Amino acid sequence: MTGSPTTRAHDLRYWLASHRGPMLAAALFVAMFAVFAIEHPAGLGADIVNTAANKGVLLALVAIAQTIPVLTSGLDLSVGSVFVLTNCVASTVMTGTPLESGLGVALVLAVGVACGALNGVVVVFGRLQPIIATLATGAIYHGIALWLRPAPGGEVNEDLADAITGSIRDVVPVSIVMLVAAIAVIWIPYRRSVLGRAAYAIGSSQQAAYMSGVPVARAKFVAYVLAGLFSALAGILLTGLTYSGEANALLAGSYTLSSIAAVVVGGTSLYGGSGGAIGSIFGAFVLRTIGDLLFVFDMDPLSQPLFLGIVLLISVSLGSFRLLEVKKRVDLYR
Amino acid sequence: MTVAVARFAQVLRRVDRALLAAIGCIIALLVAGALYDRNFLSADYLVQQLQVAAFLGVIATGVMLVVLLGHIDLSIPWVVTVGGMMSTAAAGHAGPISSLAIPFAVACGLGIGIINGIGVAYLRVPSMIFTLATNTVAQGLMVVHTGGFAPQEHATPAMHALAVERWIFDIPNAAWVWAAIGAATVVMLRRTAFGRRVYAIGNSERAVFLSRSNVSRVVITCFALSGACSAFAGVLLAGYSTKAYQAMGDPYLLPAIAAVVLGGTSILGGRGSYLGTVAGVILVTLLQSILSIVQMPEAGRQVIYGTVIIAMLLVYGRGPKVVT
Repeated sequence: MTGSPTTRAHDLRYWLASHRGPMLAAALFVAMFAVFAIEHPAGLGADIVNTAANKGVLLALVAIAQTIPVLTSGLDLSVGSVFVLTNCVASTVMTGTPLESGLGVALVLAVGVACGALNGVVVVFGRLQPIIATLATGAIYHGIALWLRPAPGGEVNEDLADAITGSIRDVVPVSIVMLVAAIAVIWIPYRRSVLGRAAYAIGSSQQAAYMSGVPVARAKFVAYVLAGLFSALAGILLTGLTYSGEANALLAGSYTLSSIAAVVVGGTSLYGGSGGAIGSIFGAFVLRTIGDLLFVFDMDPLSQPLFLGIVLLISVSLGSFRLLEVKKRVDLYR
Repeated sequence: MTVAVARFAQVLRRVDRALLAAIGCIIALLVAGALYDRNFLSADYLVQQLQVAAFLGVIATGVMLVVLLGHIDLSIPWVVTVGGMMSTAAAGHAGPISSLAIPFAVACGLGIGIINGIGVAYLRVPSMIFTLATNTVAQGLMVVHTGGFAPQEHATPAMHALAVERWIFDIPNAAWVWAAIGAATVVMLRRTAFGRRVYAIGNSERAVFLSRSNVSRVVITCFALSGACSAFAGVLLAGYSTKAYQAMGDPYLLPAIAAVVLGGTSILGGRGSYLGTVAGVILVTLLQSILSIVQMPEAGRQVIYGTVIIAMLLVYGRGPKVVT
């Protein structure tokens, strides 16, 4: 910002240091995707890129949902359930004429926001621990999803579904465009707003934030609401991919867990206060590309879960290198 | 008369509020169950509940140790499954190995627990994410081991006896096993230096470190015990249903954490009594059983289950206000 070149160099160094996690994740993703593209037997066609993008964006949206409460040093273990619930709602209402389908999309988003708001009320005003509170609300959302869709099925406006899962001129996947739009329209304005800054402040030190007049309660509440909103976006995309809804508990659980992994791989601290949505997107892409690579390298399907687990274990342990920078052992303990 | 009332009030004040609330909820559930169906209060039915509660109780014991430290163990589901599958796998071998089925399975759980402990204590990875990763690895190992199918081996007679048979007072052996584990835990937590350190670490890990106690050893031991408890519960479950199957531990994670928290153990660590956990386990078991008796569909069951947990936590599990 300022004129002197040394300050500018300092600014750049500071910026690089504070964005190390996301950039590492991005570099890892680019490297892995390059290997995937080179090794893929059919080459990198539009279809393959589009399928990879759809799967990646699906997890990326849920990972963003997880990121925002984590920034406030909270956690949302119900993101997977909201994702599945909104999928079930969408398979009921995203149908009929274009106008009706559009209203349906709005309704699905409203359901996501409502779920997030309930989480926010319970955590912020009920003062319950986020881990246990969102585990419990997750059970509630899953119950509602089961009530809506006791068996998989439903009906979806196929034009709309194809539109959000296709690709523009066979080059740019629409899902990627949607993801970029969501970042530009929701995440960046939020990050720069008072409430977004408050989320980071609360994650660093809730007490200090409160003493400085930061709207603690409002910021935490909005964080959970946004988590619900992003989960609902993922739910809509899933409905577009499957043309149906299913109250799948396994899917909900695996997305919740993967979202936490994506957040960590993307460089967001689980203790809150540092990181962001961009890192989580690349974290999600990395996790998805691992699965694709296993496929390309023809790994035995039975050993794939084990391999994924080991990669996950190693990647979460990599953060331990920061311990080498700790000078006094007592600083390890809080 | 007034003296007696005053003394009673004094006794009440000394008892944990959460424990009282949990016991109150248990009584309310029993009354509600009895109003719905008179057989609910029969000895047969209640003993049957004790049988079901014992599995959850063994798991919750390990979960409580870890939660007291201020950590959490999300590897429960697949460590339970590892316990079940490894015990039946050992049982499938002929000769002396099959008699070692139970210790072998518990040792497997202990091993996973030690890995969890090392990751949390030395690598300083948040316990939630590290145990999540070991859970995935355990799942991967079991998928490779079984080829993704339900294993064909049966449980040993010893496992079946431990889980189902009733040798003393017509009470299931599983309940006696839970009682023994519980008694050992109470002694460990209340009467040993190790137990005091567990509570101390939950309150301030740094203070324990500065008083020259070996924090890492306590953390690793607790995670190891949690893994061993889960695997042992898996052994009992395999003995109960004579076989091990994929994802047999999945329905136990939320109930175990809920039981511990509803029993008054702070999820932030440092506070909680084993008696509370026992009450929490019985509470969760009765709640699940009532919901299945009234033939509530799964959807309604989930909604009520979540709502009840939140409602009870709102009554007595709230955190402190942010104040200056």
